[in-house]
Amino acid sequence: MAEALRLYLVLARAEYRSAAQHRASFALLALTSTLLVALDFVVIAFLLQRIPRLGGFSLAELGVLYGLASTAERLADLMVGDIEKVGVQVKAGTFDLVLLRPGPALVQVAAPSCRPQMLGRPLQALVILGISLSQAGVPWSWDRVALLPATVACGTLIMVAVWVAGAAFTFVAVDARESMNAFTYGGGVLAQYPLSIYASWFRHLFTFVLPVAFVSWFPALHLLGRPDPLGLPEWFRFAAPVAADASTTVAAVAWRAAVRRYRSTGS
Amino acid sequence: MTGPILLLDAVEKHFTVRRGKGWHRERTVVKAVDGISLEVERGAFVGCLGPNGAGKSTTVKLCTGILVPSAGSVRVAGLDPTRQRIEVAGRIGAVFGQRTTLWWDLPLRDSLDLLARVYRLPADRHRRRIDQLVELLDLGPLLPVPVRQLSLGQRMRGDLAAALVHEPEILHLDEPTVGLDVVSKQRVREFLARENAEHGTTVVLTTHDLTDIQRLCRRVLVIDHGKVVHDGSIDDLMRRFGDERTLVVDLDEPAAPIQVAGARVVRVDGPRQWLRFRSADVSAAQLVAAVAATHGLRDLSVEEPDVDEVVRRLYGTSDR
Repeated sequence: MAEALRLYLVLARAEYRSAAQHRASFALLALTSTLLVALDFVVIAFLLQRIPRLGGFSLAELGVLYGLASTAERLADLMVGDIEKVGVQVKAGTFDLVLLRPGPALVQVAAPSCRPQMLGRPLQALVILGISLSQAGVPWSWDRVALLPATVACGTLIMVAVWVAGAAFTFVAVDARESMNAFTYGGGVLAQYPLSIYASWFRHLFTFVLPVAFVSWFPALHLLGRPDPLGLPEWFRFAAPVAADASTTVAAVAWRAAVRRYRSTGS
Repeated sequence: MTGPILLLDAVEKHFTVRRGKGWHRERTVVKAVDGISLEVERGAFVGCLGPNGAGKSTTVKLCTGILVPSAGSVRVAGLDPTRQRIEVAGRIGAVFGQRTTLWWDLPLRDSLDLLARVYRLPADRHRRRIDQLVELLDLGPLLPVPVRQLSLGQRMRGDLAAALVHEPEILHLDEPTVGLDVVSKQRVREFLARENAEHGTTVVLTTHDLTDIQRLCRRVLVIDHGKVVHDGSIDDLMRRFGDERTLVVDLDEPAAPIQVAGARVVRVDGPRQWLRFRSADVSAAQLVAAVAATHGLRDLSVEEPDVDEVVRRLYGTSDR
């Protein structure tokens, strides 16, 4: 594990230095990625001026959901987002070179995602989370203080798992990057809104199959001291570690199966 | 450690190929590698020949742990390259033709340093090794240049250094001289010969360039249809299939096919004639003298048999 992390950092640093060679595009990317995400929440805020409450949630409460979901999604993107390119590598045959190097394939493919110039994206989400928590009238208690970092950590793991499972899928369908993004970015956006506004089959899908509801919705209910409008058991609010554990296990199995398939078919 | 560096035992690799359109596609199984058994001793320099699609690249991928054999077993220094991929990766180096392992935007020096860190080499050892490679491959002036700005020949030298930074026991090369000019080719060949002789690195060279094979390889494997159809020295190979050369002469004026002992005219085009001969029967000098004695000779050249021709003849004699 320490070895994998070391390799990840070595490769991430190489990627960072590569990007820094092109100064203009480096600076532009840093600027635009920050500006774009800054506009993201403004849209929700404008929407709320027309409809003051969404699914029974105020703007500050929605900001908590948004903050939790976006922080997790963007941290995951920052850590492993580049694995969506694995389909391209498989198609071009450059994945062979990954298997030639002494290190886990997943680490090698994911490491280039770690771009410091994209650090503004999760930071923006964290700032909104902080402001919203202070405005939402959270009845602070020790369990809520502990739940907050645990939620961010588990949420990030869940989103990482979604990315990895999606990338495993693109091994099989090399052009499926777009349909994979429906779940990665789509899952992240979905978790920005109260689960109660969705149709029931949709809620079940995103609770039990692709557990992004544990990234923001269930923990937020506890943070905000709200009853569950859907009446699901209380312990769901603390079940993010279970969801994170299950989804990373499934993703790891899918990834290994995908690499094994590549090595036996040569694509 | 003793024992062969590379051991293949009845290795097969099957691919499923789908033909046709839509959902009703036919599936057929193709044996890209069909029962290859061979042993490569440490320090050997092995050439691997064969037409496109013969199974050479698949064989290399099986030997490097990129692909898993469908049947049989592969051992690299006694290790299973699929189950122990990461251990094996530290013992092998590879250069795959046009695909570079270098970081496109970074100076060559940084790529080499990075690889040393990827392979976890101790600092002093890696410094010494890089200095050595820089000297042998004459990379000094290229170290500060971003890889994307290197010429093909320069990049190939860079890739060779990259593949050897971790002092692998075995080096797999797939077409390392393709697209290079004569000077660059010669440089690469000289380097490989030295690396093999002085460092004891086993080299497996896959190529279409017969000159590469002639200059470097003490042992030649010819692979076709997934099988080894020849395994022996280059002299064996040329004696069996490739010792026919062609003398091309430009005469002063068009003439009837030249009658000369030890050679036969295979083509006539105006004043130009092609005479095929075997080195065992007559030397090129004798032949030229004989032609010049009877005809006005303006120009001449000797064509070596190309590898495709050698290989073609080889398949003509194998029992298939």
